[in-house]
Amino acid sequence: MAEHSDANAPWVNLAGMATVALTAALFAFFLQYLPVVAAGSPVQWSWNWIPSLQINLSFWLDGLSLMFALLITGIGAFVMLYAARYLAGHPQYNRFALYLFSFMLSMLGLVLADNLIAIFVFWELTTFTSYLLIGFSHTDPKSRRNALQALLLTAAGGLALLAGFILIGVTQGTFEMSELNAAGSMAEQPYYLGILILVLLGAFTKSAQVPFHFWLPNAMAAPTPVSAYLHSATMVKGGVYLLARMHPSLSGTDVWVWVLTIFGAVTAVFASFMALRQIDLKQTLAYTTLMALGTLVMFLAGSTGYAITAAMTFLIVHSLYKACLFLTIGVIDHATGTRDADVLGGLARAMPITAMMALLAGLAMAGIPPFLGFIAKEVAYAGGLSMALTVFVVLMSLAAFALMFAVAAIVAYRPFFGPQGALPRKPHEGPWPMLIGPATLAVLGLLAGLMPGVTAYYLVEPAVAAVMSAPDTGGRLKLWAGFNLPLVLSLATFALGFVLYWFHQDLRALLARIEARGPNLDAGWDRMLERFMDFAKLQTRVIQTGVMHQYLFATFTVLALAIVVPMVLRPVGGMTLTFAGLSFLEWGIGFLICAGTVLVLLTSSRIVALTGLGVVGIGVALIFIVYSAPDVAITQLLVELLVVVLLAVALLKMPHLDPDNRQVHRPMDAILALVVGGLTAAVLLLVVETPFDRRLTDFFEGASWMEAFGRNIVNVILVDFRTLDTFGEIAVVIIAALGAFALLKGGLKRGAEGEAEKEDSK
Amino acid sequence: METLTALIIGVLVAASVYLMLARNFMRFLFGLILLSNAANLTIFASGRMTPGAPALVPYGEDTPLGVVGNALPQALVLTAIVIGFGLLAFTLALAFEAYRRLRTMDSDKMRYAEPKEERE
Amino acid sequence: MNSIIFTAGARILVALLLVFSLFMLLRGHHLPGGGFIGGLIGAIAFIVYALACGSAEARTALRVSPEGLAMVGLGVALLAGLVSFVFGDPFFTGQWYWVGGDSYETAAFSINSVLVFDIGVYLVVLGGILSIAFAFEEET
Repeated sequence: MAEHSDANAPWVNLAGMATVALTAALFAFFLQYLPVVAAGSPVQWSWNWIPSLQINLSFWLDGLSLMFALLITGIGAFVMLYAARYLAGHPQYNRFALYLFSFMLSMLGLVLADNLIAIFVFWELTTFTSYLLIGFSHTDPKSRRNALQALLLTAAGGLALLAGFILIGVTQGTFEMSELNAAGSMAEQPYYLGILILVLLGAFTKSAQVPFHFWLPNAMAAPTPVSAYLHSATMVKGGVYLLARMHPSLSGTDVWVWVLTIFGAVTAVFASFMALRQIDLKQTLAYTTLMALGTLVMFLAGSTGYAITAAMTFLIVHSLYKACLFLTIGVIDHATGTRDADVLGGLARAMPITAMMALLAGLAMAGIPPFLGFIAKEVAYAGGLSMALTVFVVLMSLAAFALMFAVAAIVAYRPFFGPQGALPRKPHEGPWPMLIGPATLAVLGLLAGLMPGVTAYYLVEPAVAAVMSAPDTGGRLKLWAGFNLPLVLSLATFALGFVLYWFHQDLRALLARIEARGPNLDAGWDRMLERFMDFAKLQTRVIQTGVMHQYLFATFTVLALAIVVPMVLRPVGGMTLTFAGLSFLEWGIGFLICAGTVLVLLTSSRIVALTGLGVVGIGVALIFIVYSAPDVAITQLLVELLVVVLLAVALLKMPHLDPDNRQVHRPMDAILALVVGGLTAAVLLLVVETPFDRRLTDFFEGASWMEAFGRNIVNVILVDFRTLDTFGEIAVVIIAALGAFALLKGGLKRGAEGEAEKEDSK
Repeated sequence: METLTALIIGVLVAASVYLMLARNFMRFLFGLILLSNAANLTIFASGRMTPGAPALVPYGEDTPLGVVGNALPQALVLTAIVIGFGLLAFTLALAFEAYRRLRTMDSDKMRYAEPKEERE
Repeated sequence: MNSIIFTAGARILVALLLVFSLFMLLRGHHLPGGGFIGGLIGAIAFIVYALACGSAEARTALRVSPEGLAMVGLGVALLAGLVSFVFGDPFFTGQWYWVGGDSYETAAFSINSVLVFDIGVYLVVLGGILSIAFAFEEET
């Protein structure tokens, strides 16, 4: 695979080690809150961000967010260490480390943020950073296309989410998630259904529920550590996190139960079959991730203790074994050069450690006792039995778990102990930085299962309490819960799973045939994008003719309409023309300006036009002088001087205004010009008819000396009251200057001149 | 004076629209200059016009004596004039470079960014 | 413009204009003037010089690049705004320090961030306009 690097390249570098160390430190930081949060007291940090819009940068650490934070930082640190070795010597490794670290921080922000708007911002940040990560092999068009697909789909969902959040904020009066959850269910609110649909759209696209699932397997174009991190433990769980986070506010209604159960169950079962159908092991894992996401969504449909416990336990189990298995596949790929399920086999001898940890993770995935996976499955069946739509949930779970058993065998057993095919490379054991992460995760899956009480007390129960917004009774996680219905279901799962594994190659062929007949959403997506582009092109052709005259004519026409239409619809008061008391001087100034304007309009000579412009400028300056604006008048005169100098320098190097000394008359343009000019004058006349609001002026006149110690009020406004404004304006001056400078001294000159010469030679 | 100024602005705007609709890019520039003058006058006149009383606090006083010119639009116009100059300089540089490269001032013939062929 | 009289006169005129520009800058808080006007006058001074003696000569007389000057000006203006954070005020709140007293009446003079900001404006306008003007002089 092209994404790999030179095995002998040095892999310890600053970017890699710094990100690993920082992430590990964050993990340690969150670890210290375990006892506090387990004891039932959430931690809160808050800063005002945009107080006027009630948007705060507030963070809320309860059982749910702590569990996620630990998974994100813990798995993150291992993945980063793994990636340092996996991509050793890759020329863009530093960039990769930066992307991965930014993603980790965004994800962390998402699960910790309490303010809905902050949640949205972090949500979109994870989308953007994952886009960069999925498209990391950017020279590959397929990789770029898949990254874009993930970006568009999840960002579109994000926009729906934003709409939902704003609706919540407007109807509930707060954006703080903790306050919303404390206020209880929103089911009785008038906009509940709208809010629910919008939020679900966001969550389902992010967590790749059918029919938005197709981006996730495509996202496997990313380097394996990214898939292990984003598509097992973190990003795709963002949607699940959101559903869990908003569970107290949104759950409990029929719509919630039905929609989540059906979408989740369909996703889970569909994805398990698809997983069985894949030959590329990475694709297999991608589909099992979909299956896990579907299962989680399905259990979040419920509101019973068992259902939520099932979701939270399964979430932990899945994160651990899935990250481990993804990383293991990476090791295998790294060592053998292939991920083909039919070829890989008998690797246990060459790669004993990899085989060991894959087996551990596989057993957890298959749900064999005493792994946490077994407990999760037991609780899941108990949860299913406690939920609405009981039979449906239980049967779908049974199907999904049995298929998972078979897939676990394909992924974790067969490559190591099955028959070996023709491998591209001679297999060898992976290097330690690529083993330590998956090994730890695999062992954790076992330990957590051996000590269900500890797992429950520190991780699962606080999370369940957070989701249910009530203290959790606990005591549901047991290795041996007695001989009950869930145990029977478990045994049935094993039996069914074994049969499925036995026939999996035949099943795969059958599934491939079915898949070929079904609708292809992925291709449909491409077609949709094409239609979209066609529409954009059509629109561009119609609107952007490339003729400046048409653009400006349209602009001024719209301007005229924008003034006329409201005037007609809402008749305005009359306007009075008062010329009384105007002195000779004022009439003179008016005449001067009009004369200058006419001069510019009529002449074909550049010098005459320049003179006309100068006359207008001086006339305007005279108005400023007469009407008490000395500062403005001085500025106007100085700038007028500069304009004339600049134009004189530049214009004379340019051609004549009218090559044949005859100006073309344009009656249509003249009519539009007269209309726009007349309307502008009319609007101003109407404005001066309205009573003048002196509040601001009075404030500035009163405060200029008393508070700002300046006697020139204009200057005080500029440099004291409205400093930020002035700062922006001088920045604009610099930008304009640099722009003009760059154009005149430009570096693009050569290429463009070549183009111009081509034009000339035509 | 507001009435007369409004009429002056009307004349300026009409002239600038007519100039900006011209094919010759230099006329567009002239229109831009007139338009920025018109805009400045509009802001100024909207704040009402007071003759012969600059917005200054005399020495020994805490506030201005009597009715003085409205300082806020003056401050806005002052920066607008300087920025208008920056805009003009940039546009002029653009025009100059365009002429140097394309050898025309006719905006209809400036098809470097949006060539005619691609529209077919 | 190779007139000897203009060239000779320009030097004196430029010096006078520069002094005048500083005068306008400093008096701006109480009387018409300020950073914008001062900067424009300063720019015109150098443009007159460039017209008389060529822009290369004018660049030498300026000593620093006008683009750099403008950037420094922006930095100075920003600094005047950041100072307020040190004193716990919102961004760009004017800061006043009275020398020889504790209020405007008793102090001999003041050191304040407002003037610093105006100096920043002066430098930006001066540098920005000169960089445009020189570029036009040289390239057209």
